[in-house]
Amino acid sequence: MRAPGALARLVALLVLAGGLASGKRLGPRLRGGDEPATGSVGARLGALVLAGGLVGCASIPQGAGTNPVDPWEVYNRHMFDVNDRVDRAVIKPIAQAYEAVLPEDVRVCINNAFLNLAEPINSINNLLQGKPGAAVADLCRFAVNSTVGLLGCFDVAAKAGAPRSHEDFGQTLGRWGLVPGPYFVLPLLGPSSVRDTFGRLFDFLRTDLLWYIRDIPTRNVLVGARLVDTRASLLPAEKVLDAAALDKYQFVRDGYLQVRRNLVYDGDPPRLRDPDDENDVPPPEPATGMKKAAPDQPPPAPAR
Amino acid sequence: MSYRALFALLAVAALIGAGMSTTAAQAQGSANASLSAPDVLIKTLSEDVLASIRKDPSLQSGDIARLNALVDEKILPHVNFEKMTRLAVGRSWRDATAEQRQALTREFRAVLVRTYAGAVSTAKDYQVQMKPFRAEPNETDVTVRTQAVPARGEPIQLDYRLEKTGSEWKIYDVNVLGVWLVENYRNTFTSEISRGGIDGLIKSLVERSKALEGKRS
Repeated sequence: MRAPGALARLVALLVLAGGLASGKRLGPRLRGGDEPATGSVGARLGALVLAGGLVGCASIPQGAGTNPVDPWEVYNRHMFDVNDRVDRAVIKPIAQAYEAVLPEDVRVCINNAFLNLAEPINSINNLLQGKPGAAVADLCRFAVNSTVGLLGCFDVAAKAGAPRSHEDFGQTLGRWGLVPGPYFVLPLLGPSSVRDTFGRLFDFLRTDLLWYIRDIPTRNVLVGARLVDTRASLLPAEKVLDAAALDKYQFVRDGYLQVRRNLVYDGDPPRLRDPDDENDVPPPEPATGMKKAAPDQPPPAPAR
Repeated sequence: MSYRALFALLAVAALIGAGMSTTAAQAQGSANASLSAPDVLIKTLSEDVLASIRKDPSLQSGDIARLNALVDEKILPHVNFEKMTRLAVGRSWRDATAEQRQALTREFRAVLVRTYAGAVSTAKDYQVQMKPFRAEPNETDVTVRTQAVPARGEPIQLDYRLEKTGSEWKIYDVNVLGVWLVENYRNTFTSEISRGGIDGLIKSLVERSKALEGKRS
């Protein structure tokens, strides 16, 4: 593998992705800092051109876009395909090398450190979701793990009984009652929805600590390292995905939407009615009337 | 965070891998478990399965024949594969002939077993913890919540839906990190059926199993 070439491409992609996500800050830097905010448009256009140049390779099944959750399926499948190619060509090989070179202990440490940097995001969003206790707990975790846990390398707070939460602004919007809207595959960043795209933007611009680092090379290296760390942590899951999915695109889409709904409800969402199961062959059951009367009510109603 | 969807799939793996591989040691235990409360069944089954994986190197290496035998012998009594398949197939199930229903159930199961064979090795490092379970005594459809806790790292949400048939509780859906198995296959199945009918879906499932078989050997 020609590592320098791959690295250069990765950095270019990261810069473009960053430009797309937070153009206002990154754009001018991309052009050497001598341009006003219009540079962000350039960065975004660059990403779109790059994406556009690769489009046209995905196979689009008949009936694409008829699923109400995914009206933009044709675009989404193309972008999914582009992301997949970029991943296989660049990001995955780097993640595999990273996994091969570094011992597990070191990788766990790095992973913890990056997740520790997300604690302010967790905290702010817990607060916005009306969970002040959890918001305080996140801050305590941040304080403890950043110090006793050696810059987040060790999750000592979890061992002390304060587990990590996973909150972001997309979840907060969901908690406030905003529906996800159409499924939307972002360039390079992957599965999202309209709601979660706005959420991500907010997280990037306001609560992602890495974007507050003034020294641009340092920041870019850290953002790149975080991407590799995230990708490497997904390598085992990917094998299962490849095996399980009849159609990888649909499997990822439906999985993403379910995971997000689950997160909005903190792991305990109201049960969806099983569609089309009204012809359920009734098993010999006691006459409680419970099941037929209220098919979309979870029997042990969880107290929210 | 978008990658959490992917991660969830890993979970399905560890999970069903776990759910599908009890050993002989547990034969009597699991037979009794099916008569008791659903949460007790899940607890017993999970612990048995993990214990079995830990002491069986051939399971850890993903031996399909062995895994299949175990599924048949130990897990099958506690899983309603037909209901699982029926829910995943959805509306078209009522148009399927008895033969097609059997084939769908058989081939869906084959894909699941093969998929998770590769993931069984990762399951051995987990401990299963039960979450609080509330259900009325006369309920016939419940969700049992658990989490799989690794030696280090974060717990994985692992929930089961069970239905009472007669006096026995049977699992018909599994949730890993928020992803219900049935729901995640439903759209795919619907698309396959709209393209090639029920036989088209059966064919796709068979091909998927063959592809997995080829990869493994």
